[in-house]
Amino acid sequence: MTQAQKNLHLLWRAGFGPAAKDWEAIDDRNNTEWYRRLRQESSAAPAYINIVDTELMEYFRTPTIQKTWDEPKRKQMMLRVNVAIGAINLRWLREMAESKAQLREKISLFWHGHFCTYTRNVYYTQELLQVIRTNALGSFRTLLSEVAKSAAMMLYLNAQQNRKGRPNENFAREVMELFTLGRGHYTETDIKEAARAFTGWGIETDGSFRFKEKEHDDGSKTVLGHTGNWNGDQVLGFLLEQKDTALHVTRKLYRFLVNDTVDENRVVALADVFYKSNYDIGTLVDAVFNAPWFYDPALFGARIKSPVELITGIRRTLRLSLSNEEQYLQLQRVLGQTLFFPPNVAGWPGGRSWIDSTTLMLRMRLPKLFTEQDALSVQVKPDNDSQPQSTVTNAVFSNAKVRQLDKDTKIDTGMDWTTAIRHLASVKRETLVPALAEILLPAGLQVPAQLLASYANNDTREAFIKSATLQIMSLPEYQLC
Amino acid sequence: MLIQRRTFLQTSALATASLLVPKFLKAFEAPHGVPAGNKVLVVLQLTGGNDGLNTVVPVRNDLYYKARPTLALAREKTLTLQDDVGLHPALTSFADAWHDGSLGILNSVGYPEPDRSHFRSMDIWQSASDSNEYRNSGWIGRYLDAQCRDCAEPSHALEIDDTLSLALKGTQINGMAMRNPKLLFGLTNEKFFRDASGQHISHHHEQADYLYKTMAATISGADRIAEKAGTGGKAPGYPNTPMGKAFSTVSSLIKADLDTKVYYVSHSGYDTHINQELFQQRALKEVNDAVGAFIKDLKAAHRYDDVLLVTFSEFGRRVVQNASKGTDHGCANNMFFFGGGLKKHGLLNPMADLTDLDQGDLKHKVDFRQVYATLLKNWLGTNPGDVLGGRFEPLNFI
Repeated sequence: MTQAQKNLHLLWRAGFGPAAKDWEAIDDRNNTEWYRRLRQESSAAPAYINIVDTELMEYFRTPTIQKTWDEPKRKQMMLRVNVAIGAINLRWLREMAESKAQLREKISLFWHGHFCTYTRNVYYTQELLQVIRTNALGSFRTLLSEVAKSAAMMLYLNAQQNRKGRPNENFAREVMELFTLGRGHYTETDIKEAARAFTGWGIETDGSFRFKEKEHDDGSKTVLGHTGNWNGDQVLGFLLEQKDTALHVTRKLYRFLVNDTVDENRVVALADVFYKSNYDIGTLVDAVFNAPWFYDPALFGARIKSPVELITGIRRTLRLSLSNEEQYLQLQRVLGQTLFFPPNVAGWPGGRSWIDSTTLMLRMRLPKLFTEQDALSVQVKPDNDSQPQSTVTNAVFSNAKVRQLDKDTKIDTGMDWTTAIRHLASVKRETLVPALAEILLPAGLQVPAQLLASYANNDTREAFIKSATLQIMSLPEYQLC
Repeated sequence: MLIQRRTFLQTSALATASLLVPKFLKAFEAPHGVPAGNKVLVVLQLTGGNDGLNTVVPVRNDLYYKARPTLALAREKTLTLQDDVGLHPALTSFADAWHDGSLGILNSVGYPEPDRSHFRSMDIWQSASDSNEYRNSGWIGRYLDAQCRDCAEPSHALEIDDTLSLALKGTQINGMAMRNPKLLFGLTNEKFFRDASGQHISHHHEQADYLYKTMAATISGADRIAEKAGTGGKAPGYPNTPMGKAFSTVSSLIKADLDTKVYYVSHSGYDTHINQELFQQRALKEVNDAVGAFIKDLKAAHRYDDVLLVTFSEFGRRVVQNASKGTDHGCANNMFFFGGGLKKHGLLNPMADLTDLDQGDLKHKVDFRQVYATLLKNWLGTNPGDVLGGRFEPLNFI
């Protein structure tokens, strides 16, 4: 195992893979120093992502203004909402590809799946995204509380309908089952009683949290063995008191960062660190990436990249930029992971569920699709919840025109190959394929070098490197990290 | 992009280098684990929540006409099944099947604590979960898991679409999706993939091995389907619509005796919040014409007795019409069962009770998982408990 291979393993797990510029520097420092740098580059608070213009904002903050709209205006505004839903997706996706704060965005993606919601109010969506990105490496206590009180979550889990005498248990159930304790560590009575404690939680039309005293049930409740006139904040406190919460969250994060197959001993030790740090996420993440076992050879290539990781990884490595970014939306849909549109409240199951016969073949065609050497016509399943009366959407990837990103670099596809070519300058032609595979694939995976070489373009050294890179990215092995 | 089948056979690495085909690939192509018998199940999903009340119409029920002053179908407009029951006028071939004894209608099918979100309710139907339970596998996928433990052959369940639905995803084995054999073949027909599939050397790596196996199974499935697709013979009479094409594909594969046990077809356009009359007529007509051609085709090929076609929708619609000449999301709904091999036909249970509603919605009397249990036990010959958890009593109409 070389130092470079260890660093690449880290870059894929703690971020979205190496950027083109990282190829040259990959050997400059050891993995501990690389991690320190990743952490440092994620230390600043993230800039607010705002894609909602004044008029849309007015509507999202006072939805009643739609009563003043006539039919053409209504249609036009609904269309703009659809565009905004796509725009925030693409904006955050670009952040993942281009931001220096790789660790922050990666961990935010985890929380986005953990605390998933769906709403057509894009203002609520971007507010929740900011809560998640701001607290991604901070306190889980703060994160849980702010997410719970966000408009997006309150609407998604019907907190507004939870009133004194007429409880709606949706939020109380999911906060225990999915966000904190995990199944089997609470009773149905705990849920009923907790739902009563959460009564009175509501939002203003502008999305800000409001406690409605009159709707709060101020009787005595018993939650997880505590009896008293509890409110929602106090119940969240009881949930965090339980070590099961640390275990549940840690186990899920371990799956996301390390391996689908959980090593329970490691999880217990990590959860202990998390709990003792008073739920400091940064401390937990440090414990994962600084653990000696993180570089256990068995973990290299043990994870199947999610569609977002795969697409973003290719973008970073090739400095790819599509002129029609909407195609990233279609790709997310056909590959089974659309940001801000989780399959259900439990988020994306991940692992092997990403793979079926169609998605695997599509994944392997991506590199050629991006470079216009391939064309596909794929129908995306209709989605009635967000597009009422919609018919089948046709996603045609035949014009994946690629725009030139770096004017100083003469390149034919909009990709930046200069670093790659410079980096490999001293490598003999016969060993170029293994050298490329070492950068592009997890250590320990042997690739059919001769076959790859036979498919590469032999005209020039540069053409060889480019074509072999795309060829390696089209292998099943590239789906792993 | 598509290479003709003949061209492929001449150039394919699989065809020319069969001696080098690795062991696991051979295993895939060996006789499969699905039990003998050529019974086939075809599932037709009506996406968006078809309005069951205007599909199987209670033409003698005043409550129905009261709840839908402009949307209700007048008795004389419907296709009469029996004195108090009419079919939506678009469903002429459904009525034909009723009269020749090959159509069963099950009313009030649903589940406890119904969810009125399309997305969620469809998930519940496809995964056969409880309302408050999230499962990552579908009922047909788990049928493959139970029946096909060692065969890893995805084409035993085929979805006629570009992407695979949750219903066909198992915990171990997935079904396969294809809009038509040509497109599927095109997706896999990259010489590089086929060469790479033959040269897989990362067997020691569990995840890589899994991906290579999936790729090999996809390629061999695509090849077999492409090969078989031509042998069933083209049947005339299918309308030139997406549904017509889908059913024509299914029929050609059934007639070619492809070893597929379950076909899955979806049709959308049923979310009729506004101008329902127009939209439902259009959607149902497309289904009717395709199903009519399908039945005729199967009968001519003497396969109708071996095929069971089942329809479902994620929910029915509110009893009362809304202010936009449409209906909103509701709960329980009816299901259709077509086939020459039905034990019972006609109305399999009473029409929905319009006097006993839950917040304006029909209450379910039959759990949809009882229907699945029936299909699994009596048609596919498998133990429903392995797929559904054993809590659901099969019915006796099949």
